[in-house]
Amino acid sequence: MGKFASIILILLTAPLARAADAPAAAEAAAGGAEASAPVRWESWRAGNSVADRASLQRGARNFMNYCNGCHSLKYMRYQRMADDMQIPLDTLSANLVAPGSGVLDYISTAMPAADAANWFGKTPPDLSLIARPRSPDYLYRFLKTFYADPSRLSGSDNLAYPLTAMPAVLSDLEGVKAAVYRDVKTGSGSTEKVFDHFDTISPGNLTPVEFDGFVRDTVNFLDYVGDPAQVERQSIGLWVVLFLLLLTALAMMLKKEYWKDVH
Amino acid sequence: MTPEAANGPGQRAAAQGGLWGWINQRLPVDVFWRSQLSEYFAPKNFNVWYYFGSLALLVLVMQLLTGIFLTMFYKVGAATSFDSVEFIMREVPYGWLLRYLHSTGASAFFIVIYLHMYRALLYGSYKAPRELLWLFGMIIYLALMAEAFLGYVLPWGNMSFWAATVIINLFGTIPGIGPGLVEWIRGDYGIADATLNRFFSLHVVAVPLVLLLLVALHLVALHEVGSNNPDGVEIKDKKDARGRPLDGIPFHPYYTVKDIVGVCVFLTLLAIVVFFVPTFGDLFLEKANFEPADPLSTPDPISPSWYFTPYYAILRAVPNQRIGALLMLLAVVSFFFLPWLDRSPVKSMRYRGWISKTFLGLFTISFLVLMYLGMQPAQEPYVTMARIFAVPYFAYFWLMPFYSRIDAVKPVPERVTFHG
Repeated sequence: MGKFASIILILLTAPLARAADAPAAAEAAAGGAEASAPVRWESWRAGNSVADRASLQRGARNFMNYCNGCHSLKYMRYQRMADDMQIPLDTLSANLVAPGSGVLDYISTAMPAADAANWFGKTPPDLSLIARPRSPDYLYRFLKTFYADPSRLSGSDNLAYPLTAMPAVLSDLEGVKAAVYRDVKTGSGSTEKVFDHFDTISPGNLTPVEFDGFVRDTVNFLDYVGDPAQVERQSIGLWVVLFLLLLTALAMMLKKEYWKDVH
Repeated sequence: MTPEAANGPGQRAAAQGGLWGWINQRLPVDVFWRSQLSEYFAPKNFNVWYYFGSLALLVLVMQLLTGIFLTMFYKVGAATSFDSVEFIMREVPYGWLLRYLHSTGASAFFIVIYLHMYRALLYGSYKAPRELLWLFGMIIYLALMAEAFLGYVLPWGNMSFWAATVIINLFGTIPGIGPGLVEWIRGDYGIADATLNRFFSLHVVAVPLVLLLLVALHLVALHEVGSNNPDGVEIKDKKDARGRPLDGIPFHPYYTVKDIVGVCVFLTLLAIVVFFVPTFGDLFLEKANFEPADPLSTPDPISPSWYFTPYYAILRAVPNQRIGALLMLLAVVSFFFLPWLDRSPVKSMRYRGWISKTFLGLFTISFLVLMYLGMQPAQEPYVTMARIFAVPYFAYFWLMPFYSRIDAVKPVPERVTFHG
């Protein structure tokens, strides 16, 4: 019994532990530019929680304003999203539903796929499931490691996904930053360039901490869209497990009673 | 007929007439109940290893029931399968529960079956007179592997596609007919819509029918010879005046109430996985399978589900694919020969010497290490490690005729014992 209780406790507190990492990640992200220590973006954690409804609502807003121009959520209906996030239907229709779509429609993009393929070299992918093959942590790192690279057609590149076809669409919020590399001697005596930190070229409309929150909310929203039943699942699961533990205790007592006379 | 039996509820009903009596005069319900449950005697010293048989049956039923409901919403076809699985996950009320129960159930099935088989290795349950019981069990295991593989393809994710490609291509290593056979299995020049359709048919109709038939045979054979036990003592050798085994207790109610405890604990663990960690860290549902099948994009690395990885590690340990496939086949098939490879005069590990215990211990470690290695990329040091650990794996089986004969054994008690 004690063992099961502790397993459940660990499982239930795991999301909290993740959330606790978040301020550290934000600090590292924000302070990285000034600090002399190299920015270890590979270990950044999204620190999101799909149980945070306000964060999901902000994430939905962010997605509709900044992502939906190119990316669809073809498995997600507006209304399902609004129900799960407790967004009133009139707010949904007025602010989030794309012109020409209804609340019962799947979330599509207005950009024609053929044009998109022409403009970017590939059609921007549907993002319904992006948080499942790629983790929320990866998406967080991806959205936060764009840097200016004049040699590329899009004018930018990315550390988490080098040579990505996606331009730095959040640069008006984040600002434009340059990647600074340092030389590291390899075993064979030659030197290779290793990423060290970002330098701000021009600031954006959000402070680093605000931008960090913006990315976390957006990633949180994509995490939710990847498996929309997960919040409901965990709240039901708690009762199912408690019920089964009670049933296990009763079954053990029943077994003991029956086996009293077995020697 | 003994007076006790005549006083049983069924006999009373038959004597009293009524609907129950009427039925029993035409269908041996009471006779079956008594012979298979209330007067079927099982050894009274079963330990925790003996939960997994009834749990396997529970998982089978769970997979059938969730499978029936999933089939109502799943749309087979290269253009529809992936979308329909997401439809189940999102639009079907509690569809996510059905799907996660089914996907977790597949892994749970193998966990339970591996522990069930390991019990047989520990206590020599495959030895005479239980050879046929063991063979039926092994064929069930093979059918289960086929069922799991076929089901894995159905969501038509990218890992579905590439796992199917790798596994089907293994048939291509058969000399002469290989390439033609592969094409015949696929029904196309690559894994395609035709393959998906036939795999669906096999997964929901053919293999489940075979499984049910084999499970029935497994149970009939079990009840004919009776269960083994941790001491490897035949309880039928010592009977009381009424012909009941002294160390036996009726399966019902004793083991039905005991198995309910096992069921409750199992369901609790299952619920924790289903509701809180359904992908189980990429082991029960792999990340790559949330991307649709794409013949142009190979996941890196391609790895089969965890329950196949020990064999996969052996396959990759050999540079020659044909020999690798043969060794992999041998790794599975070796289990079939255990009743005849084992020459020990005693059944249970409790009364065997250090040599048998060492070989079983090394086998256990190598199986688990190979399982881990099969999940790693096909590069050093993993390939060399797989070669090293394949040796004790095969030695356990094929040296058994020698070490099991020379190994010192302890005297087996007359009656069963209790260890806590």
